[in-house]
Amino acid sequence: MNRYPLWKYLLILAVVVGGILYALPNRYPQDPALQISATRGVEVNETVSQRVANVLEQVGVAYKEVSLEQEQLLVRFHDVDDQLKAQDIVRNVLGSGYIVALNLAPSTPEWLQAFNARPMSLGLDLRGGVHFLMQVDMDEVLAKTLERNEGEFRTLLIENNIPYEDVSRTEEAVLASFASAALRERALDALRGEYRDDMAFDSLEVDGAFRIEARVREEALQEIRNFAVQQNVTALRKRVNELGVAEPLIQQAGEDRVVVQLPGVQDTARAKEILGKTATLEFRLVNEGADAYEAQATGRVPAGDRLYLDRQGQPILLKRRVMLTGDYIIDAQSGIDTESGGPSVTITLDGKGARLFSKASGENVKRLMAVVFIETQTETRMINGERVNVPIKIEEVINVARIQEQLGKRFQITGLDSSREAADLALLLRAGALAAPMQIVEERTIGPSLGKDNIERGFKSVVIGFVLVMIFMALYYRVFGLIANLALTANLLLIVAALSLFQATLTLPGIAGIVLTVGMAVDANVLIFERIREELRNGVSPQAAIRAGYDKALSTIADANITTLIAAIALIVIGTGPVQGFAVTLSIGIVSSMFTAIMGTRAVVNLIYGNRRLKRLAI
Amino acid sequence: MPNAKTRIDFMAVRKSALALSLVLIVISIGSLFVNGLNLGIDFTGGTSIEVRFQQPADLGQVRSVLAEGGFDKAIVQNVDTARDVLIRLAPRPGEDSAELSNEVLQLLRNMTEGGAEMRSVDFVGPQVGEELRDRGGIAILVALAGILLYVWVRFIHWGFSVGSVLALVHDVIITVGVFSLARISFDLTVLAAILAVIGYSLNDTIVVFDRVRENFRLMRKAEPPEVLNTSINQMLTRTLITSGTTLLVLFALLIFGGDNIFGFALALVVGIVVGTYSSIYIASNALIMLGVTKQDLMPVEKEGEGEETP
Repeated sequence: MNRYPLWKYLLILAVVVGGILYALPNRYPQDPALQISATRGVEVNETVSQRVANVLEQVGVAYKEVSLEQEQLLVRFHDVDDQLKAQDIVRNVLGSGYIVALNLAPSTPEWLQAFNARPMSLGLDLRGGVHFLMQVDMDEVLAKTLERNEGEFRTLLIENNIPYEDVSRTEEAVLASFASAALRERALDALRGEYRDDMAFDSLEVDGAFRIEARVREEALQEIRNFAVQQNVTALRKRVNELGVAEPLIQQAGEDRVVVQLPGVQDTARAKEILGKTATLEFRLVNEGADAYEAQATGRVPAGDRLYLDRQGQPILLKRRVMLTGDYIIDAQSGIDTESGGPSVTITLDGKGARLFSKASGENVKRLMAVVFIETQTETRMINGERVNVPIKIEEVINVARIQEQLGKRFQITGLDSSREAADLALLLRAGALAAPMQIVEERTIGPSLGKDNIERGFKSVVIGFVLVMIFMALYYRVFGLIANLALTANLLLIVAALSLFQATLTLPGIAGIVLTVGMAVDANVLIFERIREELRNGVSPQAAIRAGYDKALSTIADANITTLIAAIALIVIGTGPVQGFAVTLSIGIVSSMFTAIMGTRAVVNLIYGNRRLKRLAI
Repeated sequence: MPNAKTRIDFMAVRKSALALSLVLIVISIGSLFVNGLNLGIDFTGGTSIEVRFQQPADLGQVRSVLAEGGFDKAIVQNVDTARDVLIRLAPRPGEDSAELSNEVLQLLRNMTEGGAEMRSVDFVGPQVGEELRDRGGIAILVALAGILLYVWVRFIHWGFSVGSVLALVHDVIITVGVFSLARISFDLTVLAAILAVIGYSLNDTIVVFDRVRENFRLMRKAEPPEVLNTSINQMLTRTLITSGTTLLVLFALLIFGGDNIFGFALALVVGIVVGTYSSIYIASNALIMLGVTKQDLMPVEKEGEGEETP
């Protein structure tokens, strides 16, 4: 007799029920939606919610639902056309304080959400979007660091009254030459005092000249590189916010690269333009003696001044002379001011910047100083039938503060309204600091229509392949074939459930992996059933044949699946993008098929045949 | 139902099979030398742009418009439908990818009344292409080494290891050869398919080997060729059915999956057909030629007996 202990039935039941539970969210379609969140100084609340609902009703764009969750407003629509129309309208109505992003909102019912069940996340090739791999130009980072050091060396030597013959730089070092060994020793002392942690110094004698060769230490270089990448990540985040993308992915990849993924972005040309922007900062004095509103109204700006707008759109008059530019900023961090206890931003300047700024601020204590954020982006326009790249400059005053005292290498901006404002300002300052140039080294863009086609094709292939295999199995193995089909269905269910549970991203190659798994998953059953047939031919009784079939096929099935798993894991570890997507579904499929094809079918076989005396089997 | 007990003397034709395999391998390698591989932009770097026109596209017109715009080396071809056009551009040093694809799209949009819709843009920088190529090669080597090791540990005699890896190398060379001969673009997804073929073909080989090992113990008086023949015959139905169902779904993928997945499905179809054949002829042949005897399997026999006592 073939019987399973109760716990095995319960285990199988639990796995299948769990599989259904976690696969279920995929049954509910995802709504095209707008996700509205606040950037700064504003709040997403009931009033905003009302405004959005009203304006959509006025222009007659139908929406499903407006809901307010965790400081975000979610507006669901029936189709993508309505969603796109609404995005333009809502953007215009709400203005620049809000990010209006396109999103796909799952319509998972609440009881399922309670189990933390979510639909699978679709890859860019299925939902459309852009993938960029950007490389930070590290040679340029080093060159700029050395260029700065070269200038600083000169200043330092002059300040210390050490006459030098020449200060120059090569691709990887700064060189200084002196008339005598004594002078060189003095210079070494001075330089070491200032750059102990950052640079390594060597003394050389070349053609009678006494030289110092200074190289950036490996640890310091590592830090500089890291900062360069981090800074670019920060700057990219800020720019992506403007694009209005729900769930963007921006992260460091490897030592000097950044991955940017923008799902659902339709206007890729604009995306590239915005990502390609560069930002700088300027510190300028405020002209407190003139009326900025009057200047704005009459257009008469005092000589030596320029009219700017701040973030609230209020006019402000600034001196034309620039006190300092963002190139000298090494770091900017938000924190708490120890004296006042209020939010603050601490800015760190490099050596040259500190000297420049110390002088400029010393002369202007008690006066107001403004920070101007300048973004340059190139836009391609048609001029006289020619395509021309036009640089566009966007300038904005991001902070105004009174200079309390002479400022040096590190100084604080206080008097900020909230810690969020401080964090925003620090982010902008970092973004405006001297940026290492970046280049797109890989791009994958999928238009929305191709994404849709890919889903349809993938789905069709899975269904057709699945049905063909099921028909074949039922015809060839009869009752046992039907049992194998049951296992195959459960297997598909478990793959979908596992992908949803781990929130693995489903891609087109991933679907191919599922299709392949469907074809291969029956292998275990074929092995078992062929073995049972063989045993029956050898005259073994049906019950014993079932037992022998399962037992003897087991090690073969394990061997076969483990070797395939080895290949799949090699793909996951070493492969990239599409290859990984394929390998992940293949591995999940292999593991779940072992469970359904061996334990699952055995349980059903035992239930049907286990307690009976059998003369023959329908196999 | 078929198969009372198939008795095909596979090993009788093993010399001709070996010759056939050698010919196929020589053709494949020859084609690789002469034609090379039509590597996709994943590995060479470059830009590929897919657009959809409102009407069936005139490829000649597309080419001339692109040539006027300075893209005279562009490769233009239809994909999926007559309205869909794929344009491939070789990497050009110092050119910004963002600019390049924007320019091409602009040219094509102005070409016809209804304009052209961007379906996809892929750009791979030369350095990234090189990395992907290296990583792909490493993935194949690591997978092969891992499998070699596993089979060695599981089957003790090194002949099984060598036999299965020879079969794999055979399958990979012939599959890649087909891509070279037919000049079909070889990209990342095809590479993934090749790795899947490695896993699959091995699966087949191991199933046969498992039976060979078992039969070496059961058929004490038989000569190796006879043992192999019996084993292959016993597993024949299974081999054909599994390959059949897998091919069934792959044809679904080949026909309905669209051009993006065509190379992938094709590599698997070729690989599985060749892999099924090779697990019979190459792997088993190798066992005979490497002189695996039942004495070699004695340690396994002892272990096996231990396992089988209830």
